[in-house]
Amino acid sequence: MIRFKQVTKRLGGRNVLDDLSFEIKKGEIFIIVGPSGTGKSVTLKHMVRLLTPTSGSVWIDDTEISAANGGELDRVRERFGYLFQGGALLGWISVADNIALPLREKTKVSEEEIAQRVADALRMVGLENDGDKFPSEISGGMQKRAGLARAIVRRPEIVLYDEPTSGLDPVTARTIDRLIKRLNEELGITSVVVTHDLQGALLSADRIAMLNGGRFVEVSEPKTFVASDQPEVRGFLDAQFISKKGLAGM
Amino acid sequence: MITREPTYSDAAGNAWVGVWRAAVLELGSIGRAGSMTAQSLVMLPLLLATRRSRRELARQLYITGIKSLALITIVGMFTGMILGLQVGLELRRYNQELYIGSAVMVSLLREMGPFMTGIILAACVGSSMAAQIGTMTVNDEIAALEIMSISPVRFLMAPRMAAMVLMTPILSFYTCVLGVIGGGIVGLTQLNVPWAQYINMAMDVAHLRDLYVGLFKALVFGIVVTSVSCYEGFTTTQGAVGVGQATRRSVIVSILLILVLGYIITRLFYDL
Repeated sequence: MIRFKQVTKRLGGRNVLDDLSFEIKKGEIFIIVGPSGTGKSVTLKHMVRLLTPTSGSVWIDDTEISAANGGELDRVRERFGYLFQGGALLGWISVADNIALPLREKTKVSEEEIAQRVADALRMVGLENDGDKFPSEISGGMQKRAGLARAIVRRPEIVLYDEPTSGLDPVTARTIDRLIKRLNEELGITSVVVTHDLQGALLSADRIAMLNGGRFVEVSEPKTFVASDQPEVRGFLDAQFISKKGLAGM
Repeated sequence: MITREPTYSDAAGNAWVGVWRAAVLELGSIGRAGSMTAQSLVMLPLLLATRRSRRELARQLYITGIKSLALITIVGMFTGMILGLQVGLELRRYNQELYIGSAVMVSLLREMGPFMTGIILAACVGSSMAAQIGTMTVNDEIAALEIMSISPVRFLMAPRMAAMVLMTPILSFYTCVLGVIGGGIVGLTQLNVPWAQYINMAMDVAHLRDLYVGLFKALVFGIVVTSVSCYEGFTTTQGAVGVGQATRRSVIVSILLILVLGYIITRLFYDL
């Protein structure tokens, strides 16, 4: 479904992505982990052409999004939902209006149905009583959850999550992890998640990829990932107190 | 695509290469700003299509027009008073102070009305546009709109452009009216020019052509301020510092363009 073919991205005089090739299958939860500054968010941004490769190409099914423009780019992007690190909500409209925005602007859905879908999305992320508030009136974690509600309200085929659990308390973080899993199981949404939170990744991922030096040093299922002997992976796991046996419940 | 990647290049080998690169980048910026301006002008009729866009247009009209009104009132009045005083003092040396009405009217209609309006809108409304859109850019809100396939030019720039296109000529006319009143007050209280005579002299030189050229200038200034401010906002980088720089640049570039274009339009419409 999503294919990177020998993608190199040069930023600030260095190769942030270096000849990176991989494929994400339809309906998969693909989680990218790695130290800060290794290009995880850069990888995500290439999938919706917020960034363009210096060389190589990015494909969404049969469309090369890295070369798409105009209407073709819009059509591909409409298949995506994207959760930004800070939520990226518009500050001058309410949380509910933020979530309704893609429906009002890009569909001909009636106001009654919009209200219903917004209420459903708010309930999914646990913000059913906060729709009337403005983004500045809710906490950072709630903004992130509202951003997630906006990302999924159009029922996209693919959702990209940029640090969905950073800054959240552990209970809310696990709720988000479960929500990602539920969206995947119930709606068949393909999910690509960038995170530092390995505990959440191990519980919800189909595959985990570790990015280091512009390349994936390990791409495997969670059980194989925790047993990896790759020094970069081991260091990352040890730092989060995860042994080769993994987590309970994996 | 509005969202732009940061431009990095290796250090220039010599000064000429650096100048060449800067020139190419600047030309690219002018091209992109021009393209956004054209798109936003083409999209203006779409603003009447939906209730949300009509509401947003009303909000922008309020911000541009009503919220600037107090400042425009003070500046317009004092511009006329200063003009009246300076010209009146000079004319009094020749016992010709009766003509201050003509001088104030011509200066305001042709130049000072649209110029002062443009400057005030660049400082008040343009800077606020650059800061708001710049903050949205660094907070990924513009990128979020693009991923939702919502054009930031249509969603953000077009309502602001429409508000400026509609309000700048109106505010410019308002500045002229207040300026003439201010000049008349100075004439009456300090130069002993009767009000009726002042108004008669002013109306004698108030040609429709001068009014049209002045309003056209105001319209151009409104488009320029919106284009520069929105472009600076959309291309903001580097967080809060970048927002500050974008705001500052939007005011400087807008004022410079208002000066240069003001001269060019005057030169085009008035033969020497």
